Amino acid sequence: MMEHEIDRELLEKIADMLGKPVGAFNIRKDSGCDGRQCTENIEITNKEDKPGIDIRIKAGTVGETCHIPVIITKSGINEMVYNDFFIGENCDVDIVAGCGIHNCGEQDSRHDGIHTFYVGKNSKVKYTEKHYGGGDGKGGRIMNPQTVVYLEEGATIQMDTTQIRGVDSTKRNTKIVCGPGAEAIVTERLLTHGDQIAESDMEIVLDGVDSKGRVISRSVAQDESNQVFYPRMVGNAACFGHVQCDSIIMGNAKIKSIPAITANCTEAQLVHEAAIGKIAGDQMLKLQTLGLTEEEAEECILKGFLA
Amino acid sequence: MLELKNIHYVVHEGDEELHILNDVSLTIDDHKLVVFTGPNGGGKTTLAKIVMGLVTPTSGQIIWNGQDITELGITERAKLGISYGFQQPPRFKGLTVKDLLTLASGNQKLSKDMCCQYLTKVGLCANDYLDREVDVSLSGGEVKRIEIASILARNSDLMIFDEPEAGIDLWSFARLTETFEHIHHTGNATMIIISHQERIISLADEVIVVGDGTIRHRGSAQEILPQILADTLGGCPVLTKEVKA
Repeated sequence: MMEHEIDRELLEKIADMLGKPVGAFNIRKDSGCDGRQCTENIEITNKEDKPGIDIRIKAGTVGETCHIPVIITKSGINEMVYNDFFIGENCDVDIVAGCGIHNCGEQDSRHDGIHTFYVGKNSKVKYTEKHYGGGDGKGGRIMNPQTVVYLEEGATIQMDTTQIRGVDSTKRNTKIVCGPGAEAIVTERLLTHGDQIAESDMEIVLDGVDSKGRVISRSVAQDESNQVFYPRMVGNAACFGHVQCDSIIMGNAKIKSIPAITANCTEAQLVHEAAIGKIAGDQMLKLQTLGLTEEEAEECILKGFLA
Repeated sequence: MLELKNIHYVVHEGDEELHILNDVSLTIDDHKLVVFTGPNGGGKTTLAKIVMGLVTPTSGQIIWNGQDITELGITERAKLGISYGFQQPPRFKGLTVKDLLTLASGNQKLSKDMCCQYLTKVGLCANDYLDREVDVSLSGGEVKRIEIASILARNSDLMIFDEPEAGIDLWSFARLTETFEHIHHTGNATMIIISHQERIISLADEVIVVGDGTIRHRGSAQEILPQILADTLGGCPVLTKEVKA
């Protein structure tokens, strides 16, 4: 595959980017900057003391998008990147990040990223992150994303993360701290296969009165893969938190799901649900009676589950 | 035409051999509405599942439109025009009502209007349901009606419904019987409905009473209904004995 075709495929997979994106963007490729665009309201600058960028979004910015994809097309890259987002008050913005590794070589390629969000009062952020691994080399595709979010009063973040196949090893760390009336909704989608390993460690701290947290995690573990989930919800005030982890286990995979809820206030309402199970036999039979083959039925169930 | 020839279904429980179906043979002509009825545990559902391929008979033959389908799997039978509405339909996390109807119809571009027609026939409003997931957020009655709508969307030559009335409220049930009647009078489908409801039984061209793994009676609704009522009113033999004593 031509180099620019690989770039295009990776960008499309991780950021739905077809051609030049509208709005602000920064494309990081093989540890360098491959393109950047700022707007009147969104400013992107390099960090001076370490690798990474600062993204500053002016107060009152509404309806704008910011794409910051990372692509790695070479074998043997190992990087640690710090991206900080400073979002002013009363904003409503979409941020699309993601990492694609195309490894055709023998050596591992690894991207570790720490994204820190400071979300101002009454701002609304939609943060989408997709991970994708491709290429036919023996070298591993490794991603370890860390996300830290501070929500001021009345701010909300909807964080959607997706990792479907291709990434050999991932360790995800997420921490969100909610101020008064703030809300965090985290949706996690994960499919591992082969001998992949995925770990997700998450902590939502409901610090402010009337803050809300919701975690919806759906995963599928196939073949010999291994998944560990550790979502924690901590209620320090009158708040509402809900953690829901659902996993489908297949082949010889292993899944460990350890949701935890901690209340440090009598007014905290916290709920957790966790379920692991194989695909139900009656679901397969039903879809077969609609004319789907066993393989098609399985694919349909997994696709729906991870949609 | 559907023909079942000498169907046996035997299961083993420990050392015991249980004959769930015992030499059942029957023929159902095209475009007929046939109701299977009879006591619980008598073999009705097993017989219907054997037609769809959900249960494999110990011996016997199933012929559909002249083709021996005994060895065919569920998918192949579905493709030959057989469909099955489950008594207790499964739920799917992530699949919406629209997804399910689209899959059932086999038409990737199934229009909202068509979905609306199928759902209206089971007493549901498309606007309220199309985007909802067929998961635990729906009640048993709602899932059941969506199941029946999926069979309507499938529009196959042979439709099997296993106790379609179970879990459905009276108002929706009235709508459902109208739908069965409509399919029967205007459509080209053959229908097998497992039911205990007099109203559904009275729609049938033929009623087949299945009990103890055999066909006990078969005939028109007018012939069979009085017999069923007589059997039902027979009461408990043990109690009757006690009274006599």
